[in-house]
Amino acid sequence: MTVDLKTGAAVEIIGLNKWFKTFQALRDINLTVLRGERLVICGPSGSGKSTLIRCINGLERHQEGRVIVEGAELTGEVGKIDVVRANVGMVFQQFNLFPHLTVLENCTLAPMWVKHLPKKEAEALAMQYLERVHIPEQASKYPGQLSGGQQQRVAIARALTMQPRIMLFDEPTSALDPEMIKEVLETMVELAGTGMTMLVVTHEMGFARTVANRIVFMDVGEIVEVAAPDDFFNNPKSARTKEFLAQILR
Amino acid sequence: MAALRRPPRIRVPGPIQWMHENLFSSAFNSVLTLVAAFLIYQTVVPFVQWAFIDAAWSGNSRDACLTFEDGACWPFIIERSGQIVYGFYDVAERWRVDVVFIILGLGLAWLTVPGTPGKIYVGALMVAVFPIVAFVLLVGGFGLVHVPIEKWGGLLITLVVAVTGIVVSLPLGIVLALGRRSDLPVVKGLCVAFIELWRGVPLITVLFMSANMLPLFMPDGMTINKLLSALIAVALFSSAYMAEVVRGGLQAISKGQYEAAAAVGLGYWRSMAFVILPQALRLSLPNIVGNFIGLLKDTSLVSIIGFYDLLGIVQAGNADAEWATPNTAMTGYVFAGALFWVMCFSMSRYAKALEDNLQAGERR
Repeated sequence: MTVDLKTGAAVEIIGLNKWFKTFQALRDINLTVLRGERLVICGPSGSGKSTLIRCINGLERHQEGRVIVEGAELTGEVGKIDVVRANVGMVFQQFNLFPHLTVLENCTLAPMWVKHLPKKEAEALAMQYLERVHIPEQASKYPGQLSGGQQQRVAIARALTMQPRIMLFDEPTSALDPEMIKEVLETMVELAGTGMTMLVVTHEMGFARTVANRIVFMDVGEIVEVAAPDDFFNNPKSARTKEFLAQILR
Repeated sequence: MAALRRPPRIRVPGPIQWMHENLFSSAFNSVLTLVAAFLIYQTVVPFVQWAFIDAAWSGNSRDACLTFEDGACWPFIIERSGQIVYGFYDVAERWRVDVVFIILGLGLAWLTVPGTPGKIYVGALMVAVFPIVAFVLLVGGFGLVHVPIEKWGGLLITLVVAVTGIVVSLPLGIVLALGRRSDLPVVKGLCVAFIELWRGVPLITVLFMSANMLPLFMPDGMTINKLLSALIAVALFSSAYMAEVVRGGLQAISKGQYEAAAAVGLGYWRSMAFVILPQALRLSLPNIVGNFIGLLKDTSLVSIIGFYDLLGIVQAGNADAEWATPNTAMTGYVFAGALFWVMCFSMSRYAKALEDNLQAGERR
């Protein structure tokens, strides 16, 4: 896949430290993600991958360091977080669709109530993105009536309707049956083709190999290694990366 | 591949087989069945005998009832029906109560029957405009004769207290429940204190205090309407309980829902209004209605601070020497109980229908 990096940083993380009570979840994270870049973050469970991307849209508050998203720094200030979240979409492991709303309503809720679009416009926008994830015929169903793969594609469409500049994926295929992983990954590959900045926490090494510009390997709250896919898989530098790859690529 | 088949037909047992399977499947079950049948026979038959077959149905004094020694005295209820509904409300003005009842009934029917258009507007009218209209109609003003609350009674008082409690306690309970889960320590502390204070005190105590102690704290010359203070007391009391019911629903909503709402940029209030509360209230619906039913029944406690509610007015009638018969009191209580039961059972059925309806929509 071609690399089409626009100038400038989408996300800048400088000296980030994060604790849960006394447990240190992130240690001295420094990371710059360029616009249009597709970053895959991997590592064993508990290594802080999810915590790291959750710090980017303020679902987790960090105690030290700076997180700057599209020029807006996440500080404790009220209101700042909304500016950041307007630019950042997120897809969760458990989909987290709103079960009491139809697929279409899931996708129009935020455009109508955050961006104040009229209902008709919001619906047109939502249908456009539902078509993009190949699921427009399910618009009037409730999430509970869809398969896991379909739900996750709706979740992607829901995030896209806010027209974010950055998309965060927190293990988007981990809760899916094997035959559904493919349809979600294909949707993500298509999204990557549009030039969207993507940060993806995943164990799907095939996806990492073909789609990522860089792979970030984390362990015990630290970034151990950042490398292009070829280098990462063929010439891992650190012993911990080698060990991880040996386990995951049996 | 094996051919698709229809599911096998369900065998419908005949009545004898049904009885054998469900009532007499073992010796022990047969004994239980016979004991239960005996108990039902011993209670239901005499009751039906007393309430309907041996009962006095017509007449206009106690003499009519005295000839039916072992039956209910329905003429007493018929003669007192005006009082049971309106209390001592001026007879010439009772149409005003009727109008309030009719508006309330139509409004509720509009809101509860599925498929009627404009539910939101009707609901808003019922919450915002109806109380004012009802207040003017019941109390007087704008050319209507003033009817002091001392004259109100019966079903009127019961419904005024219950409807006020219900209408106030749900929104206030929601606010308190949200406050209790707030990250702001002061808001949280105040809400916890409020909820625990009211939940820790029996309703009777609250009513006594509202009737007897509140006036002592009032500045000289200022009096507070006794009914108003009772209404406030009941509303605050039930709000505290409602808050805990709603909190239970809020706790059942997964963290993922809060995070998903936050991630698409909905702030706190919009997350609550569109994502969290619709789900939480749906989950707590059975308990919310349970609270409403409890509240409706608890209104009979206002009789101890001098109001003649549905139960109180029946009780007052029992003491009337003109109607003193062996069966008057029993008849009155059975009638009051039946009225309460009809109201509570309707609420319960409506809640069940609503629940089924909501579930059918989502097919979760």
